[in-house]
Amino acid sequence: MKNKGMYLLLLPGVLFLTLFLVIPIVMTIASTFYQEGSFTVQGYFTFLTDPYNLKILWTTLRVSLVTTIACILLGFPAAYYISKLGARKKGILLALAIFPLLTSSVVRSFSWMIILGKKGLLNSSLLSIGLIEKPLEILYTPTAMMIGLIHLFLPLIIITLVGVMENIDPDLLKAAESLGASRFTAFRQVILPLSMPGLIIGSILVFVGSLTAYTTPALLGGKQGVISTFLYQNAITLNDWHMASVIATIMIVITFVVIGLMNKIATKLNPKG
Amino acid sequence: MQEKNRGLALFTLLVFVFLLGPLVIISFTSFEPGTVLKFPPEGFSWRWYENIFEVKMFMTTFGTSMFVSLVGNLLALLLGVPAAYALSRFQFKGKGLLNAVFISPVLIPGIVMGFAMLKYVIITYNLPIYAGLLIGHTVIMLPFIIRVVASSLSNFDFAIEEAALSLGAGKVETFFKVVLPNIRSGIIAAILIAFLESFNNVDISVFMTGPGVSTLPIQMLTYVENNFDPTIAALSVLLMIITAILMFIIERMMGLSYFTKR
Repeated sequence: MKNKGMYLLLLPGVLFLTLFLVIPIVMTIASTFYQEGSFTVQGYFTFLTDPYNLKILWTTLRVSLVTTIACILLGFPAAYYISKLGARKKGILLALAIFPLLTSSVVRSFSWMIILGKKGLLNSSLLSIGLIEKPLEILYTPTAMMIGLIHLFLPLIIITLVGVMENIDPDLLKAAESLGASRFTAFRQVILPLSMPGLIIGSILVFVGSLTAYTTPALLGGKQGVISTFLYQNAITLNDWHMASVIATIMIVITFVVIGLMNKIATKLNPKG
Repeated sequence: MQEKNRGLALFTLLVFVFLLGPLVIISFTSFEPGTVLKFPPEGFSWRWYENIFEVKMFMTTFGTSMFVSLVGNLLALLLGVPAAYALSRFQFKGKGLLNAVFISPVLIPGIVMGFAMLKYVIITYNLPIYAGLLIGHTVIMLPFIIRVVASSLSNFDFAIEEAALSLGAGKVETFFKVVLPNIRSGIIAAILIAFLESFNNVDISVFMTGPGVSTLPIQMLTYVENNFDPTIAALSVLLMIITAILMFIIERMMGLSYFTKR
């Protein structure tokens, strides 16, 4: 059904987003190609030839990749277990997974500062049982960032996977086993492919989320920059708006390439959509 | 079967210890009577809870956060509910594009949005920081409002609306008297989900601070950089309590399935 009045309903929202989001983003991207009135790609050249910047980019990618893999390895079995539970237990565990997700990222990152700090819980425990002789330097390193990011995004992959896995017909697994498949084969041939859409969506969310997260790297990463803290630093501390716009554009490109690639993989694995 | 399940159960338990343990630890340390964060705390005291109310910037920024999240929420509702209704009710060309526009605040990195808005909204139009915060937070709340309200409308039978219209009720009257009451719980859930999204936001607010103007999460970040006393732990506990209450209401209103569906 069509209705002329509907444009009136859509217009305010579209106008608002165009004015305050779409145009600013387009302008930011466009501004990277102009400097002193003429076309240039100098900003990108400068960014991509500076070893310091490349190191930041590499740290960001490495941290995000490790975070994503860890979230899959921890989240997949946990989600599988949760999806098999009865409604009541499942509800409780889902609520326990969603709660941290809704909790402020400042609070969650701060909790890891208490644990990983030089005099933190981890170091004082390890020292007191004599496992180490001097405190480990974990806080303000990429490792601390990874731990913080895994903590931040693990619930996301768990709840996404539970949402997909609970729709898998348990009879399929039984059928596979009764036809002689070992439990491992049945799992690999039935559960894994049917969970794939959830796994891919979950991985996109975690990977892109880690690539662009600000709070956790800012609190736990110390001087170890990632691309988002580097953008903030260029814009606010260094006042280099051209470079900040270049970084912003690179972040947008990476985000959309990752989403596009993963979607492509998803369609390939699941041709029926 | 039993053996394998026990292993899996233990693994899941450890995953949840990892997820919730840090939040439990932060809660314990908030009662530390001394000036340095410790776990376990060396005693019990409400001292740092009292301190929250003595740090003036926490109070001011809490007020700013509440203002931005509540007024922004109202704006996002005014923009989002009609849009969600139109997107659910009508089929038309370009719907896919519009959906993409409405979802874009979720896809574009927050830190990029914050920067772009600072440059091309606040500075270009010479707006006060407050207005920038309000606009920015309305933008990030909009997709959540639209998504939750649209999913609530997908369970609504539009035949009921047709019936009211054919009986002579006006379009606007029908919307307020027939459609809205049916999606009431969806709207409440949408308000709360959007509120949490806005209230906890760092990525956009971090670009929008001025002399004396900032939001609570940004103020907490600044405080942590300079102090390591248990005030933030105490504040964290209060925030977690608010989060738990809001999450409980969301669950009552529409269940938790919203979070598992993507």
